[in-house]
Amino acid sequence: MAERRIDRRSSEFGSIYRGREGQWSWIAHRITGVAIILFLFAHVVDTALVGWGPNAYNKVVAVYRNPLIRLLELGLVAAVIYHALNGVRIMVMDFWPKAADLNRQLIYGTVGLYVASMIPITYIIVKPIVTKYIL
Amino acid sequence: MSLDTERPARPTHRRDSLGTGLPYRAGREPPGRGREFWWWVFMRVSGILLLVLAVGHVLIMHVIGGGVDRVNFAFVALRWQSPFWRTWDWLMLSLALVHGVNGLRVITQDYVRRPGVRGVINGMWLVIGTSLFALGSIVVFSFDPSRWPGVVK
Repeated sequence: MAERRIDRRSSEFGSIYRGREGQWSWIAHRITGVAIILFLFAHVVDTALVGWGPNAYNKVVAVYRNPLIRLLELGLVAAVIYHALNGVRIMVMDFWPKAADLNRQLIYGTVGLYVASMIPITYIIVKPIVTKYIL
Repeated sequence: MSLDTERPARPTHRRDSLGTGLPYRAGREPPGRGREFWWWVFMRVSGILLLVLAVGHVLIMHVIGGGVDRVNFAFVALRWQSPFWRTWDWLMLSLALVHGVNGLRVITQDYVRRPGVRGVINGMWLVIGTSLFALGSIVVFSFDPSRWPGVVK
C-alpha cells in the first residue's frame, strides 16, 4: 500500500500540482471553470431571448435583480476573476520554466491580487442590495 | 519506485519550492504531439483572449456603471447597434463555449473511466455546446430592434 502510494506520487506531473498550494489552486481552477461554463449554458439561452422581443427579454432579465440572484452574481464574478488570474499564473508556469521554483510565491501572489480586486467588486455589487433590501 | 527507472530521466536539480521532497519537472510540459497538443495551445490562446473579452464583459455588465440594473431590451438594442459590440459578444460566445466545453471534456476524461459512459457524457457536452453556439450566433447576427418600433429612439 505504501509502496503503491509512493509510485503514484512520484509519477506523472511531479509535485507542482500534487499536494499543498499547487493542488488547492488546481482544484479551485476546476470548480470555478465548471461553475462558469454551467452558468454560460443558461446565460446564452437567457440572452438569446432578445431575439424574441422586449417582453420576453425584460421578463427574464428581471430575474437578475432579485437580491439572492445578486449574491450568485457576485459568486460568478468571483469565479471569473479567480479563473482569469490563476489562468495567467498557469501560463507563466508553462512558458517560463524558472517560475516552477517560485510556484508557491506565484500562488500567494495570485491569491493576494485576487483578494485585492474582489474587495472593491464585492463592495460595488453588495452595496445596492444592502441599501435596497436591508436598510 | 520501479516506474522511475523505466521513464527517461527528468531534471531533478531544482529546488523544490513546495517542500514535498519529490523530484519534479520544471513546469508542466505540453502534452506530446497531435490533437491534445493543439487543444493545449487553444486553451492558452483562447484564455488570453477571454482575459480581455470575458473579464471586460463581466466588469462592464456586472460591476461598473450600474451593473445589471440598467440592462434591459433597450440597453441591448442600443449596444448592438455597434458592430464592435456584436463582434465582441460573438467572439466571446464562441471562444468561451469551446474553452468551457473542452474543459468539461478534460474533466470528464479524468473522472469517468468507462469508455461508453465517457463517450455519452462528452457527446452531451458537444451537443449542448454546438446548439448554444448556433442559437447565440443566429441571435447576435440576426437581431433587428426595428421589429419592435419605439423601443430604441
